[in-house]
Amino acid sequence: MTSTVVIDKAGPTRKVKYGSMSRDRAWALRWSYFFLTLFAMFSLVPPLYMLITSLKGSAEISAATNPWWVFHPTLSNYVQLLTSNQYLRFFLNSAMVSIFVVTITMLISVPAAFALSRMKFWGSATLATGVFLTYLIPDTLLFLPLFKMFALFGDLTGIQLLNRWYVLLILYPTLTVPFCTWIMIGYFASIPKELDEAAIIDGASWFQTLTRIFIPVALPGLIAATIFAFTVSWAQFLYPLVFTTSTDQLVLPVGIITSLIKGDVFNWGQIMTGALLGAAPPLIIYAFLMDYYIAGLTAGATKG
Amino acid sequence: MAEVNLRRVIKRYDEVEAVRGIDLDIADHEFVVLVGPSGCGKSTTLRMIAGLEDITDGDIMIGGDVVNDVPPKDRDIAMVFQNYALYPHMTVAENMSFGLRLKHYPKAEITSRVTEAARMLDITDLIDRKPKQLSGGQRQRVAMGRAIVRNPKVFLFDEPLSNLDAKLRVQMRIEIKKVHQKVRTTTVYVTHDQVEAMTLADRVVVMNHGRIEQIGTPNDLYHKPATRFVAGFIGSPAMNFIPCRLEEAAGKLSVRLTDRIAFPLPPARAVRYHSVPRNEKLLFGIRPEHITEARPQPEPGFEMFDAVPDVTEPMGMETLVYFTLEGTQVCARVNPNAGAREGAPLRLAVDLNNMHLLNEGTGVVL
Repeated sequence: MTSTVVIDKAGPTRKVKYGSMSRDRAWALRWSYFFLTLFAMFSLVPPLYMLITSLKGSAEISAATNPWWVFHPTLSNYVQLLTSNQYLRFFLNSAMVSIFVVTITMLISVPAAFALSRMKFWGSATLATGVFLTYLIPDTLLFLPLFKMFALFGDLTGIQLLNRWYVLLILYPTLTVPFCTWIMIGYFASIPKELDEAAIIDGASWFQTLTRIFIPVALPGLIAATIFAFTVSWAQFLYPLVFTTSTDQLVLPVGIITSLIKGDVFNWGQIMTGALLGAAPPLIIYAFLMDYYIAGLTAGATKG
Repeated sequence: MAEVNLRRVIKRYDEVEAVRGIDLDIADHEFVVLVGPSGCGKSTTLRMIAGLEDITDGDIMIGGDVVNDVPPKDRDIAMVFQNYALYPHMTVAENMSFGLRLKHYPKAEITSRVTEAARMLDITDLIDRKPKQLSGGQRQRVAMGRAIVRNPKVFLFDEPLSNLDAKLRVQMRIEIKKVHQKVRTTTVYVTHDQVEAMTLADRVVVMNHGRIEQIGTPNDLYHKPATRFVAGFIGSPAMNFIPCRLEEAAGKLSVRLTDRIAFPLPPARAVRYHSVPRNEKLLFGIRPEHITEARPQPEPGFEMFDAVPDVTEPMGMETLVYFTLEGTQVCARVNPNAGAREGAPLRLAVDLNNMHLLNEGTGVVL
């Protein structure tokens, strides 16, 4: 066996490496750039492909040319979709569902998080954990019982909620409320206790403490939760697929595949265009709210 | 403004008793400091006065009214926190006026109160800034301003200077004293720093293990401590405690520290300690400033002895000398010109007029 350990008896004559810390850092930086580039490519290639395809006509899409290049660019897919009442209806449904769901979610989860993080009552800790555990249950497990519940509800009361876009306003919060509550609990927990104590001594009620101190201070968290709730409700596929069927009740993700795939005919150009346009609102929202999201508003509340 | 009274106040957290029956009467306009090591219950006591903690038993009265079940906002108190607790999204003026705005004070009244408080605290120029644009000392001033504009019955301070650096702390200490001299609001102030307690307080309340050890003026506590804890806590460097015995020879009482060192008691002390059992285990308590370099002329009550310093600490105006007596480290404060050197024998004088004798078992000062 050959030993790879070289015992350097010469000691003092050996070259001492200085600045190894910065060398380590440089390597760490190189590796992070490598992986960042890799992941950027990984996540950017599909949208790029969507963009390229959306600019092609049906003939070019099915032609055996280089799929990564547009030889005869056309906006016909865009024109067709944006002038189609059906597509605009999907868009409107999605927008209404998302806006309402975000509103409902915030109205429930912010006060809930405030109560769970600040008002110590019997069982509050258990309840907070319970909220989180609720989120851990996959939504694919829930849609069958939920469907059954709504069907039964319709049978018993005569109020038909299935196949109405607004049924999603009841369904989505079951996904968004637990997670947003959990995020907000974390944000509220990072607000020093003295801040609400100061407010209470200053004469604020719990509600005033929430609205005038906690919400402004935890605005970055609030925006993070809003973004999350919006993304979930905008991109949700399974629930609307199951609960809505009529074309005028569909939201965008389901609408695209049900109306643009006819039997085994895939209208690839419009599918790609529709998906690309559908991805725009979340992107725009991210772009606008990112600054707020990053801004650390809690700085200066206490020492440091 | 109002007096504050605590009657057998107890705070229990599950198994732990944080405050074990406190009786305290704070007079109108008085500045009372609660001082003690961490975990002694001083902050809990303050928070119970504020209403931020429920009391387990007993009564708290503010201005003669029992406020046990009155929420903090209706107790008419203002509190200054250790970490300032300024609202980060509001300007200095908004921070200070928040309480008044919640109570729907007229705008003109709010403006005049804020301006007045800002002028008093010298933060007029900062009125439109956000807390994060302020230094620690400025933030603490704003926190005080927020308390002052409310014009409450009682000010509560919870270690307000602990986050500041040493120099600023001294400055703000003086500032707090000045403010109190101007507004004369009854104040309860919590600190673990005995210097802060001594310098600020009309009366100091020394707490330990959830109980009050002693209440008194700063001078009382310093010169007439009731227990070993108070004697050791107040004063820096701390009082020396040396195991000793009382001896009586030919009708004269003396205190024996070691086989070689015994000091005859001055007449006044001899009378006081006459009834102390001779075989009791005692502690000889003496502050470092009462062990000095030997004087050329013997003064009444001063006794000389020799010691070999282990460590000397020159402080400028004085030199601290540490030596060992029978395994007990003793600190003395000598003149820097006395020539104290490590390892070199030094003749010291102990001022027995300022000595204390403590029961080693109970810790009670006799």
